[in-house]
Amino acid sequence: MQANQALECRQSGFRRRIDVWGRAFGEIVNQARRIGTALFCLLAILASAASIASAAPSNSAQLLRIGNGPEPETLDPHRAEGVSTGNILRDLYQGLTGLAPDGSVVPAAAAAWEVSADGLDYTFHLRETARWSNGDAVTAEDFVAGLRRSADPATGSRYAQILSPIDNADAVSSGRLPPERLGVAALDAHTLHIRLQGPTLYFPGLLAHPATFPLYRPGLQRYGRDFARPGRLVSNGAYQLRDWVVQSQVTLVRNPYYWDDVHTAVDTVIYYPTEDLSSELKRYRAGELDCTYAIPMSQARWVRSLFGAELHLAPYLGSYWYGYNLSRPPFKDSPQLRQALSMAIDREVIADKLLQGAALQAYGLVPPGTWNYTPQSPPWAAWPRQRRLDEARRLYAAAGYSADHPLQLELRYNTQEDHRRIATVIAAMWKQGLGVQTRLVNEEWKVFLQNRRQRLQTEVFRGAWIGDYDDASAFADILRSFDGKNDEAYANPDYDALLAQAQQQPDAALRRGLLESAERLMLDDMPILPIYFYESKHLVKPYVAGWKDNPLDIHYSKDLRILPH
Amino acid sequence: MNTGAVDTGPASRRSPGSWQRVWLRLRRDRFAMIAAGVLALIVLLAIAGPWISPWPQDFIDFDGDWGAAPGLAAGHWLGTDELGRDLFARTCYGGRISLLVGLAATLVSLLIGVSYGAVAGYAGGRLDALMMRAVDVLYALPFMFFVILLTVFFGRHILLIFLAIGAVNWLDMARIVRGQTLNLRRREFVEAAIVSGVGTAGIIRRHIVPNLLGVVVVYATLSVPQVILVESFLSFLGLGVQEPATSWGALVSDGAHAMETTPWALVVPATFLALTLLCLNFLGDALRDALDPKEF
Amino acid sequence: MLTHALKRLLGAAPTLLLLITLAFFLMRAAPGGPFDRERALPPQIEAALQAEYHLDQPLWRQYLHYLGGLAHGDLGPSFQYSGFSVAELIASGAPVSFKLGACAMSLAVLLGGLLGCVAALRRNSIFDRALMALAMLGLSVPNYVVAPLLILLFAIVLGWLPAGGWSTHGIGDAVLPVIALALPQIATIARLMRASMIETLSANFIRTARAKGLPMRLIVWRHALKPALLPVLSYLGPAAAGIVTGSVVIEQVFAIPGIGRYFVQAALNRDYTLVLGVVIFYGALIILFNFLVDLLYGLLDPRLRLS
Repeated sequence: MQANQALECRQSGFRRRIDVWGRAFGEIVNQARRIGTALFCLLAILASAASIASAAPSNSAQLLRIGNGPEPETLDPHRAEGVSTGNILRDLYQGLTGLAPDGSVVPAAAAAWEVSADGLDYTFHLRETARWSNGDAVTAEDFVAGLRRSADPATGSRYAQILSPIDNADAVSSGRLPPERLGVAALDAHTLHIRLQGPTLYFPGLLAHPATFPLYRPGLQRYGRDFARPGRLVSNGAYQLRDWVVQSQVTLVRNPYYWDDVHTAVDTVIYYPTEDLSSELKRYRAGELDCTYAIPMSQARWVRSLFGAELHLAPYLGSYWYGYNLSRPPFKDSPQLRQALSMAIDREVIADKLLQGAALQAYGLVPPGTWNYTPQSPPWAAWPRQRRLDEARRLYAAAGYSADHPLQLELRYNTQEDHRRIATVIAAMWKQGLGVQTRLVNEEWKVFLQNRRQRLQTEVFRGAWIGDYDDASAFADILRSFDGKNDEAYANPDYDALLAQAQQQPDAALRRGLLESAERLMLDDMPILPIYFYESKHLVKPYVAGWKDNPLDIHYSKDLRILPH
Repeated sequence: MNTGAVDTGPASRRSPGSWQRVWLRLRRDRFAMIAAGVLALIVLLAIAGPWISPWPQDFIDFDGDWGAAPGLAAGHWLGTDELGRDLFARTCYGGRISLLVGLAATLVSLLIGVSYGAVAGYAGGRLDALMMRAVDVLYALPFMFFVILLTVFFGRHILLIFLAIGAVNWLDMARIVRGQTLNLRRREFVEAAIVSGVGTAGIIRRHIVPNLLGVVVVYATLSVPQVILVESFLSFLGLGVQEPATSWGALVSDGAHAMETTPWALVVPATFLALTLLCLNFLGDALRDALDPKEF
Repeated sequence: MLTHALKRLLGAAPTLLLLITLAFFLMRAAPGGPFDRERALPPQIEAALQAEYHLDQPLWRQYLHYLGGLAHGDLGPSFQYSGFSVAELIASGAPVSFKLGACAMSLAVLLGGLLGCVAALRRNSIFDRALMALAMLGLSVPNYVVAPLLILLFAIVLGWLPAGGWSTHGIGDAVLPVIALALPQIATIARLMRASMIETLSANFIRTARAKGLPMRLIVWRHALKPALLPVLSYLGPAAAGIVTGSVVIEQVFAIPGIGRYFVQAALNRDYTLVLGVVIFYGALIILFNFLVDLLYGLLDPRLRLS
């Protein structure tokens, strides 16, 4: 008690002192207020200065500002890899062929080409007016050098595999033959001959891919691997590289030597890296971007209501699935269980409710919109929901599982919002439909890749693929027995044989039949559980003219134009 | 007005009687008491909430609206999240995890930090220099890098996240405790104890540890909110707790993505999170004031 | 004084070396490698890439190789951004983070210090209580909530400021990120400043000064401010190093090309050299800032100067 009194006394004494000081310091407090006001004014001035600055660019020069997803890893076309990098490379360089805004293959650096009767020999006639961005002529040798460099294992090309239709390409990229033995030759300065190892109907389209772009040889000689930088990079496309600030922007300006420069409308293209889709959306709304890389799928419905026709949703050559590890139980030798799990999920809920219409339901691997192909699906795809669920339960029971003895499952996915949401919903569908007990395992990307590849602990895992060219084989190939993407360990010799036959089949209709029956075969085995097909989802300002949706989601800046607004 | 107790040195101030006094001082602080009350309510809700709620926290309402607004009609009192899960159940459940993370990580960091710091501080000399050099090295390691590596190594197990965060957080504690111990060792009352023949163990038990306790308690109350925030940051990076489990951090991070479409998904967990941190900080501050020897 | 400074800096070298060693081997122990990707590369190409970055050599040789390069000031090439060296990436990102961090920190010190002082002088007033509650609230809301809210308000609703980007809208680019960065710092510093000012004002020498009849304004400026700044200063050292090396959240939300993101990204991408680069950069800054804090301590506290 005593102590308390002492305490109170001291406290009140202290307060008194503080009060005295408080009065004495009134002036200081006032000063503080003044400084506070000054700071506020400063901020206000900064803000207004900024709004003036941001309102400034409205001159007649055509500027296109593109949100471009992840930062490009390099602008060296033969070492590049990502989707976003490809977008920039296609503006900088030009392949032998190109794509029209609607996605059809059109002549580009090559004005025309001929194919031999057996479909194996291609002769390309290059435009004599084609120039590099420093005025040098683009020659057939440049393309030869580019293709060789892509195939040469020493380059470390991430896309060497897609060159495999070219004669000797696989032997070159596995180091068994020197790059000079690649089936590519310059007949003269403007004539290029490419020999294939099988009639590959999609081959002209493949030549729009950055891995086939020409190489400016003096650049490589002078700067080595570091040639793909501002001030060094010489390109043959409609644009040249002006500036590249990592994590900030890549600036392209028109290439005055481009053979078709008169038809280029946009003078300057700025690619902004936009890793965070919510931030990208905000920048688009604030008028800082003319088109976006994508939209956050979880807000697709709201974005649509906000922007209407500015939102471009269109089928895109991408497929999303869950793979079963076929080399381990419980999925080894248990097609019933694989079917049951696949039937038990409601793809309508996933595509429409979860992904809000920014994706299409998938029952197979090859997406709709693929050239010369009809998407395949198992017979039960058309059944009503209840019948599917009943059949799934029957198969689940037949595989030896029940309410007392439920399947314990581990579902792995890599760290990402949408993957997490899909996994959560599918696990709930399995639980509520079949009684499966799923443990979700979210792994960091590199760990996930390693586990998936080693197949030692995976059971069900996320898988996805984006087609590099418009052909069903771009997808079908990844389930070949020894493909680098076949983490399911699917191995069906019949499947491999059908794909090999298709590769040698010069007739489009017959080839299509082979590929389609291969997919039906695969769907019977069900090594994967298809979930959804991608849609490209861009926001494009109404004043950007010339934009057309296409299944490869490729849009050249040279085909776009900024309307007065 | 007997103030004799003050003159015998801080050691005796932390005797049981003095803890009572601290409590009395604390009780006098209205804000601290309100904070403690609110905190107790939140803890109660976190513990009991999942039982009160008619929905399990990981149940997806396939028939109901996803991202539904709060209301009584559908039985989802605070609405549903973007996957049609009951927000009330999830917020309560997330509270359990967040509070648990905060407590466990703080405990780990206290355990390591106090013993490490006390040993270094009391031993002094070479050992001290060596131990503090190790702390310096770890200090200079970017925190994010360390945590990411830990999640890479150990996966997403919730216990391991506690340990990881605690394992990073102990550095501050070690430094504070070491400094205090160094200080205390030189103080008159310790020297007096040495002169009067009290053994090392006795000194540590009777004089060092009780004097550290104040700092440690204050630090702990202030560290729990810190840890909860770190956990929420990990969730923002997608490195937090594993679905279908959740935490306030994960809920807030989810909600922040959709703040314009389903604001309640942000507001509900963010309110709980901010309120808890606010209360803990208030409590920590009040505790510090109450323990401050200068004000006795 | 100079020899002392030199000694301190030399003493930092082994700390840094230990740090590098720790980071190097920790990073290498992490599963997965820089060239793992969706579709496995053919073995020959993978081997060529490994050889290009010396990953085919035994680990101890790679370590020595790295240290050798470091001795010449070479941080190596980045794995993820092929064609860029780590030094270049840091050199292009660090000034941006530094500018933002310095602005935010100055704002925080000025505003936080001021508010803290005022709160201390009006201890337990409504102003004090409200300010401290606000400060705590500022510390209780994660910055990944605050930053998008700021954008929503100032860029989209009001349209005053850009929503993101850097060096496209002049000075306006920096305003929101600086505020978002500074807010929690203002709160922390205000709290620290308040506590230490209260403590200082109750010290004997202040009472003496008051007894001498000096005006309070003078007492605060001349006598109380310096010692009251000490605890704030020891917080500022590591905090400044942390802020100046960028913030993952702020840089991601505002699309700012600083180096903060590399701490997370490089580790996730297994960009070994970039990870080591930013770790060294950060470590060196921490050491440097702690050293500067000690120097300032010496200037502010005469007792320490003597010893």
